[in-house]
Amino acid sequence: MSPCSSIAGSLTLVRQLGALSLGAVLLLSACGKGGGGASGDSIPVGEYACLTGLTASFGTASHNGVTLVMEKANASGGVLGKKIRLITEDDQSKPGEAATAARKLISRDQVVALLGEIASSRSLEAGPIAQQSKIPMISPGSTNLKVTQIGDYIFRVCFIDPFQGEVMAKFSLNSLHKTKVAVLTDVRQDYSVGLAAAYKDYFTKHGGTVVAEQSYSSGDQDFKAQLTSIKGANPEAIFVPGYYNEVGLIARQSRELGITVPLMGGDGWDSPTLTQIGGPAIDGDYFANHFSTDDTSPIVQGFVKDYRAHFQKDPDGMAALGYDAAGVLLDAMKRAGSADPQKLRDAIAATKKYEGVTGTITINEQRNATKSAKVLTIKDGKFHYVETIAP
Amino acid sequence: MSLSSPPADRQKGSAYPKLWLIAAIIASLLVSQFVHLNPYFSIVVINIGINIILAVSLNLVNGYTGQFSLGHAGFMAIGAYSAAAVTSFGGARWFDSLGGVNNATTTSLFIVALTIGGLAAALAGLIVGVPSLRLKGDYLAIATLGFGEIIRVIIQNTETMGGSRGFSVSGIYTTIFWTYTVAAITVYVVVNLVNSAYGRGFLTVRDDEIAAEAIGVNTTKYKVVAFVLASFFAGIAGGLYAHFIGYLTPEGFGFMKSIEIIVMVILGGMGNTVGVIFAAVLLTILPEVLRPVQEYRMVIYSLMLIILMLTRPQGLFGGITWRRPAWLRKKRTPVEDGNPA
Repeated sequence: MSPCSSIAGSLTLVRQLGALSLGAVLLLSACGKGGGGASGDSIPVGEYACLTGLTASFGTASHNGVTLVMEKANASGGVLGKKIRLITEDDQSKPGEAATAARKLISRDQVVALLGEIASSRSLEAGPIAQQSKIPMISPGSTNLKVTQIGDYIFRVCFIDPFQGEVMAKFSLNSLHKTKVAVLTDVRQDYSVGLAAAYKDYFTKHGGTVVAEQSYSSGDQDFKAQLTSIKGANPEAIFVPGYYNEVGLIARQSRELGITVPLMGGDGWDSPTLTQIGGPAIDGDYFANHFSTDDTSPIVQGFVKDYRAHFQKDPDGMAALGYDAAGVLLDAMKRAGSADPQKLRDAIAATKKYEGVTGTITINEQRNATKSAKVLTIKDGKFHYVETIAP
Repeated sequence: MSLSSPPADRQKGSAYPKLWLIAAIIASLLVSQFVHLNPYFSIVVINIGINIILAVSLNLVNGYTGQFSLGHAGFMAIGAYSAAAVTSFGGARWFDSLGGVNNATTTSLFIVALTIGGLAAALAGLIVGVPSLRLKGDYLAIATLGFGEIIRVIIQNTETMGGSRGFSVSGIYTTIFWTYTVAAITVYVVVNLVNSAYGRGFLTVRDDEIAAEAIGVNTTKYKVVAFVLASFFAGIAGGLYAHFIGYLTPEGFGFMKSIEIIVMVILGGMGNTVGVIFAAVLLTILPEVLRPVQEYRMVIYSLMLIILMLTRPQGLFGGITWRRPAWLRKKRTPVEDGNPA
């Protein structure tokens, strides 16, 4: 065969392949249209969560919360006379997967709204897709400011990082009556730095003094140098907005050095590991959280009872946030009287004083939830509710 | 191209690969211009293309040259972050000086970003490759693994690139056309390089390093060339990924990502480009096809890998040599066809 005819042959092949793939694509897109949409007898709602991988414990908890809401709604006849069809996709806690999952849910399953994710990085990945497709998305637990700045279709039901800092500053001034405080920050964590800055800002503006500032990096094991220096400044309390692993060690080492003043922190403390590492040293310390199983309000107690009955364990903060994210969505659906994504978005944005298990949620202009935070204390290895602090 | 001075008959011999290179680029252009894929399918299709670039380039090091590198995701990270930095920090100035945002300026910016991403990764490949490629086997694997982790930790601590929070890329420019054009070029370069007279050196290094040294092949140079070239394409793949997903986090380029690419290479058959392409397609589609079975998805996926490795340890296409059908084969000199080095 001459080179010329081989070129011609290849071109024919390309043309044939082109026609073939065009046909296949038309077929596939025709198939895709049939199943989805809110026109059937059910309303498809998408959820993407980290059910496996590194942060699987967060993802499964929030997924449990979401399923509980959907099951309850469907058992009582559904919303707008239709059943809710929850379609969940696992993103394996892997970067890149959240975007694929969100695209699949939107273009394949034609969901009317998205729920997800806990991790801010994955919400930031899928958010632009939801925004571009004009599908409202509610994040249960992404606290990074940037998430809702993606656009007007992205919401969250948790509070943002700076708010927690303010809450703990209020708590230390008004409830503990401390005016001299030391701050110990984890410089590796954006979260910790943000909390510390907000805390200092509010605390010093309202009559408190920060007598010592020290820092550490996640993964450190020895904090004695920082703690000795803090001890020398004689604070009345120490604010440690880090994660549970280091906080447990800090609590132990501070007691070993004879520091008896209470430690305070944010929702990064919320893990059973905290008390396992800290032991009795962490008793009597305080932290801000989204939710407490001790809360006596009937809504919370009802949720705790249902959750225990379904999953044979106590709900944690992430489960409660998942529950509220789904709750806010269904509430908006009822108010909108429609499952149209556009109307749904407007209704979510207009959410006012929704009674959730993590507090009374109002969505503000930045599409963040303004709501109260709970302050918990630790006693005998258990978390106990102390008080609720309003924004 | 690295085929600096091929013998006259080689140039004739490579007419066929050049033809399919052009055909592949035209096909990807046609698909991205005239076919409106469902967005979900196009995400999967682009993912496949990026994985083909990564796997085929790694195959040059791990398959053809026989050096076990565990740091491919590190080079991808360098390319991704460098390309993202170019479009995010230099984009505004670029558009200002070239008269606004239009097709020509975004295309040229994207090409510049991808090239810089590739070059940055190639430079890193050179810096890492020169000292570490003197190591052999497991030691090289550990050294490259260490390198990949260093890259990740450096990015995690670089505030201007978002640190551990991640980095928002300013433009989504990656299309099926760009992905498959780069993929076609990658395959073209790797296949032609390995089949060239010069490229036989890679195979000698893999088959017997001592014998290669004895006949005067500069083994270290071959290893470094393979490494730098593979890093270059990994960097470009990173640039495509960055402008496709739009948000970069350092965890995305960890050890597990390197392993994923290595699995594609091993499953396809070390040193078999067709097999590796097939494996890249298969391993990207499989998790998507298995979505309906939810949490059992990764169990089934892993199980399939185990079964494949048990039944075909040499890889899906390992041990199969691909020859053109007789009617397409041209007369070759005995040096090439008769006596492979």
